[in-house]
Amino acid sequence: MLPITQTDFTPWASLGGGILIGLSTVMVMALFGRVTGIIGITAGAANADDRGWRIAFIAGLIAAPLLWLVATGAMPQQAVSDNLPGMAIAGLMVGLGTALGSGCTSGHGICGLARLSARSLVAVITFMVFAAGTVFVLRHVIGGAV
Amino acid sequence: MRIFFGFLSGLVFGIGLVISGMANPAKVLNFLDVFGAWDPSLAFVMGGASLTAFVGYRLAWRQERPALLPTFDIPTASDIDGKLLTGAAVFGIGWGIGGFCPGPAWTALTIAAPGTLIFVPMMLIGIFIGRRLRSSPFATRSA
Repeated sequence: MLPITQTDFTPWASLGGGILIGLSTVMVMALFGRVTGIIGITAGAANADDRGWRIAFIAGLIAAPLLWLVATGAMPQQAVSDNLPGMAIAGLMVGLGTALGSGCTSGHGICGLARLSARSLVAVITFMVFAAGTVFVLRHVIGGAV
Repeated sequence: MRIFFGFLSGLVFGIGLVISGMANPAKVLNFLDVFGAWDPSLAFVMGGASLTAFVGYRLAWRQERPALLPTFDIPTASDIDGKLLTGAAVFGIGWGIGGFCPGPAWTALTIAAPGTLIFVPMMLIGIFIGRRLRSSPFATRSA
């Protein structure tokens, strides 16, 4: 768990970035006819028949900070926990949970809500509640012990 | 063409993650910390992205078929079952520990923080296990 640091409220940047993410999902729908679930694209990159565009999509995700570096002269600001066992468990749970629940923040969150899927809405509420509950326990009950 | 536009779509998504703050676990964890250092910014990411997708999807669906593939392939499942709820809960806990969901984790790979370099391979192992579990008789029965 990261030490608690205040972050600035950035409604305009977040809204603008959100619109870009939305545009990307619309591109994928208009061009490939698929929802943009990152976990589905990742799994499909390993074994789908038309894996090429999925691998390219992930390459685009990975390349984004480099474009940012070229445009702004600095890498994006980021703070990642260096508790490696904690991050290993987190990664395993994120992969396992999204594969079992057939979707992540993008697949259920953005694309599912845009399709007005009740199933996705239930998934979003569930993972939001569990994520907020986890942060509450780690920060305010255990208090930085992890 | 598919490769080029696949890459471009991923790049736009990734830049969106960076600009919005979603690619920074510190910001994600503060968004989730409703009773502490709450930073509501990421609600604007979800709002902006899903509203854009809501409108854009309806425009895209006016085409007979997508531009680069023969058919639309849109999820049809509507069942709210044990696998969905368990999966979402497990994902939520992992998201709350690390502050990464799958998209930002890929994007963060380039910055190569040690936490990211362990998170991404473990996420891939998790996907592999999760997909096997999803199709196993046990998961089907308990659902």
